[in-house]
Amino acid sequence: MDYKELEKIKKKYIGEVNFRKNIAGANVEYKYDIMVCGGTGCRSCKSKVVQEKLEETIKAKGLEKDIKVHGVGCFGLCVNGPIVLIYPQDALYEKVSADDCEEIITELAQGKLVERLLHHEDGQSVEKRDDLKFCKKQRYIARNNSAFMSLENILGDYIALDGYSALYKVLTTMSQEDVIKCITDSGLRGRGGAGFLTGQKWEFTRIVDAPQKYVICNADEGDPGAFMDRSIIEGNPHAIIEAMAICGYAIGASRGVVYIRAEYPLAGERLTNAIAEAEKLGILGDNIFGTKFSFHLSIKYGAGAFVCGEETALMRSIEGNRGEPTLKPPYPATKGLYGCPTVINNVETLANVAQIINNGAEWFSAIGTENSKGTKVFALTGKINNSGLIELPMGTTIREIIYDIGGGIPNGKKFKAVQMGGPSGGCIPAEHLDTPIDYKNLNDLGSMMGSGGMIVVDEDTCMVDLAKFFLQFTRDESCGKCTPCRIGNKRILEILTKITEGKATMEDLDKLEELCEYVKSNSLCGLGQTSPNPVLSTLRYFRDEYVEHIVEHKCRAGVCKKLTKYTITDKCMGCSACSRQCPVGAITGEIKQKFNINQDKCIKCGKCFATCRFGAITKE
Amino acid sequence: MCNCVRLGTDEQVKKFEAVLEEYKGSPDNVMVVLQKTQGIFGYIPELSVKQISESIHVPESKIYGIITFYSQFTLTPKAKYNIDICLGTACFVLGANDVLEKIKTKLGVDVGEMTSDGKWIITSCRCLGCCGLAPAMTINGEVYGKMTVEKVDEILDSFTD
Repeated sequence: MDYKELEKIKKKYIGEVNFRKNIAGANVEYKYDIMVCGGTGCRSCKSKVVQEKLEETIKAKGLEKDIKVHGVGCFGLCVNGPIVLIYPQDALYEKVSADDCEEIITELAQGKLVERLLHHEDGQSVEKRDDLKFCKKQRYIARNNSAFMSLENILGDYIALDGYSALYKVLTTMSQEDVIKCITDSGLRGRGGAGFLTGQKWEFTRIVDAPQKYVICNADEGDPGAFMDRSIIEGNPHAIIEAMAICGYAIGASRGVVYIRAEYPLAGERLTNAIAEAEKLGILGDNIFGTKFSFHLSIKYGAGAFVCGEETALMRSIEGNRGEPTLKPPYPATKGLYGCPTVINNVETLANVAQIINNGAEWFSAIGTENSKGTKVFALTGKINNSGLIELPMGTTIREIIYDIGGGIPNGKKFKAVQMGGPSGGCIPAEHLDTPIDYKNLNDLGSMMGSGGMIVVDEDTCMVDLAKFFLQFTRDESCGKCTPCRIGNKRILEILTKITEGKATMEDLDKLEELCEYVKSNSLCGLGQTSPNPVLSTLRYFRDEYVEHIVEHKCRAGVCKKLTKYTITDKCMGCSACSRQCPVGAITGEIKQKFNINQDKCIKCGKCFATCRFGAITKE
Repeated sequence: MCNCVRLGTDEQVKKFEAVLEEYKGSPDNVMVVLQKTQGIFGYIPELSVKQISESIHVPESKIYGIITFYSQFTLTPKAKYNIDICLGTACFVLGANDVLEKIKTKLGVDVGEMTSDGKWIITSCRCLGCCGLAPAMTINGEVYGKMTVEKVDEILDSFTD
């Protein structure tokens, strides 16, 4: 493989990608491209069937020369899947089913769009994808170009979009120090959690003299509510391969390992294929581009342990052990995988690297805020209208994300908080909606960037219950090696459970805070050091809810079942429907007269509430 | 190996032996071997652990340590259909617990238990990465998104065999 070959491939496919990008002069022989989302989200809504049906319909109508169909990486608006993109119009269809295919093709053959399938905003259909409120403020770096690459020709399209030119540039014109300086100057920080400066991490590993070093890509995206890494690998696997090779060159490593969750079979499959393709072409392997640099990449699958996202645990897992963290120092930069100096970068971090090399450090550092450069991908989920993946410049406010892009809270409910940073993070309440998002601001608010999960909760969510949810998670996922995490989290959970059952005292609240601080300061690894955060942050902003549970035995969201009280009001028609549903016989009364609930017998299952057709049962 | 107890069908055993051969003497790959073993048998049979131990040179005790550490591995046989319900944050906030309760009531078993006819087993996981479709669950790997309590009957009843 040399540069000429790369240019040849680029030339071959550049027409197609430029056609999709609507760049003038793109010379293709067909008229339209249909791209069907092939991400896990849309696949689960039968997007594969849609793609096959489209192909079938085109064939039946003899339009193969005019219309092409491809799969494409995740577009982000997963809630409205399956998503279909139409080029060159750049239109976006949503919730497409196999039944729509006939109409899509018939119309498209005449250059027309199907209005009802377009995304609608305020009763109006939106013709251009970029005009969607969901898209307007987005800026794509980590997820750059994935909407233009065909999954069936992913390597060709990637190269046509300047793929692997950064690797070529690095290998032929830059020294190791140059590469690291460029990444450091760009201000790129780790997108997986702690936000460490990527360039520095590389430098610490480069300066260690060792015969063997490793590059690891952490694709163990265990944070519940975050799926950007999965989407990047599914839609643009070569960006990760290229970045890992660049990192390998910069630190002097000839081997790389991608550690990926077993829960992401599709991402694993696409990456495996991409590695094989790159090897076949000679972009991976020995003497890349005719230089002295060799780089080999392999994949290791996780087996369902959240703690393996922690770097030392991850390395133990790759080595074939229980994924238990070890003390730092020694840091991976000096003693990592198999005892060799190792760089561990998250998927999204790596997805920025090739573009920083190509466009320069200044280009990247011009985006974002003082302490946080570039963009961040967020997984916006929970009680929000447009849930999905979004990429925004650092410094965008939470309000813009929730109301402008996310389209607000469904069913006219009131925003209560957004939980960021997963089980290690915290929640941000309504009064801080105008905070620009960056690493520092989120830390100051008691939350964190984490991997970028944003879970929106409304007035129907109980904050104590939410904290309890996260503690159940960390209790289950604690590896058990150190005592503060293993036992501390269990005790925290017990106190929270007491609170949600109305059995706690105000003293327990003090104990809870003390215990949280203790677990934070004494645990071995990042998991335990951050696991009390959801409790501390809900205590910080929603202390009154905790107090209400304890003192008034009341859960204002009506979530904590043990505290809910069902009563029958005078609206009761005496139909006995509720009493027939009650599993414990707590409801008694005479037909056509008001029924009553025996509160001592009631198990708060809520069946009566759901059964009553007259709205005669209240829940408080 | 004792011939009275069979690991699985002839075909399964053949595949398993091929895996052992491929990773012979490479302790690093213990997780890969376990994943493949589970892929073949649907679970990790106790008998297989001994063979794996001998073949890749990792003590049985360590293999058990690994199996019990990672939630993906199981030492009990698999039901015909595995309902894996996501209890990640987004799913939780949107009512995954109600869906889980409904499934538990319908099948009469708790999480981690198999129905007596061997047809269903309920497991839970932390985030399938389909948060845009929350609450989500999978049945034998196929994703069912935007679950509601009402949809449970329809979906489960469609598995008639």
